[in-house]
Amino acid sequence: MTNPNKKPLTVQTVLKQLLCLFLSLIVLAPLYLVVINSFKTKSEAARMNLNLPTQWVFSNYPEVFKKAKLLTGFGNSMLYAFASTTAGVLLCAMAAYVLSRKRTKLNNFIYYFFICGLFFPVNYITLVRVFQWMSLTNTRLGIVLVFTSAMIPFCVFTIYSFVETIPKELDEAAVIDGARPTTMFFRVILPLLKPTLMTCFVLQFMGVWNDFLTPLYLSSKSKLHPMTMSVYQFFGKEGSNWNYVFADIVLTIIPVVAVYAVGQRYIIGGVTAGAVKG
Amino acid sequence: MNKRKVYPQWFLILPLLLYVVFFLFPSLLGVFYSFTDWGRNTPKNGLNFVGLKNYVEIFTSNKNYANGIWNTLKFTLVSNVVKIIPALFLAIILYEGLRGMGAYRTVFYLPSIIPFVIIGIIFTSVLNYKNGMLNGALEAIGLGALKQKWLSDLNVVWKSIYMVDAWRGIGYVMTIFMTGLSTIDKSYYEAAKVDGANFWQRLCHVTLPMMRGAIMINLVFGVTYGLKVFDIVYVLTNGGPGHATEVMTTYSFQLYGSGAYGLATAFNAILLLITMAAGILIVRTMSRKGAL
Repeated sequence: MTNPNKKPLTVQTVLKQLLCLFLSLIVLAPLYLVVINSFKTKSEAARMNLNLPTQWVFSNYPEVFKKAKLLTGFGNSMLYAFASTTAGVLLCAMAAYVLSRKRTKLNNFIYYFFICGLFFPVNYITLVRVFQWMSLTNTRLGIVLVFTSAMIPFCVFTIYSFVETIPKELDEAAVIDGARPTTMFFRVILPLLKPTLMTCFVLQFMGVWNDFLTPLYLSSKSKLHPMTMSVYQFFGKEGSNWNYVFADIVLTIIPVVAVYAVGQRYIIGGVTAGAVKG
Repeated sequence: MNKRKVYPQWFLILPLLLYVVFFLFPSLLGVFYSFTDWGRNTPKNGLNFVGLKNYVEIFTSNKNYANGIWNTLKFTLVSNVVKIIPALFLAIILYEGLRGMGAYRTVFYLPSIIPFVIIGIIFTSVLNYKNGMLNGALEAIGLGALKQKWLSDLNVVWKSIYMVDAWRGIGYVMTIFMTGLSTIDKSYYEAAKVDGANFWQRLCHVTLPMMRGAIMINLVFGVTYGLKVFDIVYVLTNGGPGHATEVMTTYSFQLYGSGAYGLATAFNAILLLITMAAGILIVRTMSRKGAL
């Protein structure tokens, strides 16, 4: 016990440690199952146990890469997530800024109008109809626009409360100095909003990446499918080849885990920190 | 200072346009279509107004549609209870300072970044009766009697769904609680300790009241998630066995697939009504507590 801050070892701390270790095991075991079985032969993977492979089959990965059209899925997911999140976060920053600063009756109404969307379900069936009217059926643009629109309530809500922490004097000083309001917003305000914008970006990026329902309704062509759809279809086709299914899952999760690793500090501590303070 | 010049109102135009066209309008259009025979007829050939027929069918047909509504409500309630309560205690345990707290937090949060579809597929394997990991583990520790047909036994299937849902979601809920805990001033606890308050008294009189914001956020996210649940049910059970685990969104998707658009939009309209009611209730409570 050299560390003076270390708490004394009590029965309680031991029990807590055991509990947390046990829970970690429960969280990690299924993930370990996926990884370890992705290196097995078909018949061995079918037994779905946690043993090490008797024979490591690395070729499952290149095999799946070809079979599962992973590149198309990856490209689509990347495009949907990146384009819609960038557009959504930027547009919501602009909207939240004006709504938070200029609280006219109309703007307050618009704010609550946006917030309502936190609870609304998206109606995909009529969205299909709207797509027909606007000639957006089976287009990537249409899917991106739907994702962008769906994140508006959350982003406006999150950014709105953050704008209040930025002193108003900044806006006015800059404008008196002769900057145009739009330039001022992008040069002065936007950089100050960075922490909350990053939180929104990371959360929404992962949200779009993980979304399944939108492409299920809105893309009937497989060349428009994001990774979630290709995994699901691959599972439907190759469901009995668990070694392939698991390898496919590993390849699909890697990008989200990467985003999580990079953006973790923005999520933890950042999940609507403003609102949590109450 | 002229506010009009500093804060350009046109900043709102594009977000409003997108929000209305791709989010709000389809929802309202759905309410309109729910009163028509869309599906039997196409909007091109002219739809007939059928009044409440679709709604009557949902509540009276022998296909058990109404059960989907009940299941949705049940899922919303139970899934939140089984996530929020354990997550609260976990957050407190970790926050009070445990060695390896950062690592635990990362591990517990990990499942919530994985797509539901994939979680569904993983647990199709884990919960497999013959070879699945769960039954295997039960057998290995001598609890073979507890083995279940997790996804096909009518009495167990909902428990399996709650279990998988909790596996994914507890870490997320816990993280929000931990953020809430970090905003509570430590001096409150010291004062409570001086007064000789025990764990439960501290929980009820300090922690919970001071965490209103975090509790509200978890309720908002949890309730809206529960009411709109689709992925996890669709991939794990696809509504089965039979129609036992059908929820509103799976019925709606099914009816959409079979071309009964009018009936499907009626389902969506009921869901809209329920989420709106829940939303209004939550927003009103929140603004009264100053959390919005």
